[in-house]
Amino acid sequence: MSAVAQPAGGVSERTRSRPGVGAVYRWELFKLRFQKRTYLGLGASALVPIIFVVAIQFRHHRDNGGDFAFASYLTKSGLVVPLVILLFGAVWMFPLITALVAGDIFASEDHNGTLKTVLTRSLERWQIFAGKALAAATYAVVAIAINGTVAVVAGCLESGFNSVQTLTGTIVSAPKGLELVYLSLLFYLIPIATVVCIGLMLSTITRNSAAAVVGTLMVSLLFQLIGILPGLGATQPYLLSTQFNAWQGLLRQPIDWSPIIRAVWVCALYGVPALGTAFLVFLRRDVAGG
Amino acid sequence: MAEADARTGSGPAPVEVRGLVKRYGELAAVAGIDLTVHAGDVYGYLGPNGAGKTTCLRMMLGLIRPTEGTVRLFGRDPQESAQALDGVAGFVEAPTFYPYLNGRRNLELLAAFDGEDARTRIDEALDTVELAHRAKDRVGGYSHGMRQRLGIAAALLRNPKLLLLDEPATGLDPAGMRDMRLLIRRLADQGITVMLSSHLLAEVEELCNRVAIVRTGRIVYEGAISELKRTAGATYRLSTTDDERALAVCRAQPGVSDARVVQGRIAFTADDAAVAELSQALVEAGALIRILAPEHVTLEDLFFSLTEGDGAASAEAPAVVAG
Ligand SMILES: Nc1ncnc2c1ncn2[C@@H]1O[C@H](COP(=O)(O)OP(=O)(O)O)[C@@H](O)[C@H]1O
Ligand SMILES: [Mg+2]
Repeated sequence: MSAVAQPAGGVSERTRSRPGVGAVYRWELFKLRFQKRTYLGLGASALVPIIFVVAIQFRHHRDNGGDFAFASYLTKSGLVVPLVILLFGAVWMFPLITALVAGDIFASEDHNGTLKTVLTRSLERWQIFAGKALAAATYAVVAIAINGTVAVVAGCLESGFNSVQTLTGTIVSAPKGLELVYLSLLFYLIPIATVVCIGLMLSTITRNSAAAVVGTLMVSLLFQLIGILPGLGATQPYLLSTQFNAWQGLLRQPIDWSPIIRAVWVCALYGVPALGTAFLVFLRRDVAGG
Repeated sequence: MAEADARTGSGPAPVEVRGLVKRYGELAAVAGIDLTVHAGDVYGYLGPNGAGKTTCLRMMLGLIRPTEGTVRLFGRDPQESAQALDGVAGFVEAPTFYPYLNGRRNLELLAAFDGEDARTRIDEALDTVELAHRAKDRVGGYSHGMRQRLGIAAALLRNPKLLLLDEPATGLDPAGMRDMRLLIRRLADQGITVMLSSHLLAEVEELCNRVAIVRTGRIVYEGAISELKRTAGATYRLSTTDDERALAVCRAQPGVSDARVVQGRIAFTADDAAVAELSQALVEAGALIRILAPEHVTLEDLFFSLTEGDGAASAEAPAVVAG
């Protein structure tokens, strides 16, 4: 066959302004605005800190010398609230909120049969993939940001914008504390990104939204299970669940970067293969049905 | 490709399919298809349900990978890059959209994915398919016919030179079918090359100038509709004053074939010119004609004989692949 790239019959060969990843990304974000799950996830992100703060208020007069790292500080500064939520949210809340969109973003196209519609335009498959992956990641970032911000506001309204005691016992000023809170949120995004990757992988493989969302959550829970199984303690530093605590290194003075650095490569170890799998599956799959 | 150049004189043909196969396990949904659609054709891809029409179109649009064989659209491979779809638009099975967005938003999204000036064609496309008044409604509430028309509108955004349509009129009510066919006719008249699949012979006969008839993944007839019609009408019945002698004349006559006695009358196959000469030969031989009439083998009969039965029918059908 002499399929040379000569001017095609009747098709204008003037330089086309080709669409790119940006177009996919923008429209994916636009589509998210019309989907219930988006509001479910973001709503939960905003609501949980509020419920949490209300709950503290009710427990205020009881003995609240709890069994977690920040319990005794909770009522001293509102800035502790977002951190406590990060601590507990890692169990299933944040993985679930993240998976809600990441697990759905490819599967919903299968559900609606719309993959064939978008794949017969002028975009390459990798561009569609990239745009969707970025949109899922963006949603996760927004969810964490909303959660953290609502927690800061609600916490400070309840307990005041006060200085915080670090894990090494030193006291940092409120503005410095706020900075640490947002840095913590930022580093929390490392394991969250891995959850996004796992969600994307299950979304492309299962082509089923519910299966991908539940599957992603199961993977997160499985890591925690491994962590508490007797005899598997040595695996602890290399589990995804552990990386959700990496930000605590920020709350030491001087800052302990080692858990954060470990989080970066451990999360990459899980996330990159998952993302790569999703990418290859999406690029190579047959798009039939719908 | 020399063929394409010969017909149109310009560039590679809109569609060139060579040795195309798609297997699902044991089943060969498409079992070795070769076809060429030339610029300006309205090409019918005709076959009963399950013949592999949709599967073939999916490969042509790059949605699924062929097990074997190649597709070229204007000389480019849709498996390689979406750039092969420049100037090409269409859909397989029922067109699909995001149900939670309205018709216009769906088109805006697709136009953004088309790039260029696709966006500027939205209004015109909506007008063409008469959906402008419903463009603000969510597609989730559209009827099948409306989605089908929105599918055409979505295709028109790409300003296509080639339209690939999979059973565009199937599932529509009679008026919807008529409108869809009129629309396709109009687009073809504007110079768009069309390849459409159908399981309805009448539709293909009405719209297309060329046809491939497929059965279980294979082409059993490929050629011009006019050729197919000629083939269909080419059987004659003859009754004369001396049938014995007439049969001998028929057998000896050039251009007349398959002469035999069926239900007490002579039947044969021939084209118009041969029939004229035969009538003279019969008179000269002293067998005066009582009846000489084209047998009514309709396209329908031919279609069924090509696409049904145990396969023998297709083998015995005249001119299985004519041009
Ligand atoms: N994704 C698939 N997996 C398995 N079999 C398939 C698939 N798609 C189509 N087939 C089979 O291939 C054959 C041809 O199907 P199709 O191309 O849809 O036919 P048509 O469009 O002509 O009705 C059918 O027997 C169908 O069951
Ligand atoms: Mg079909």
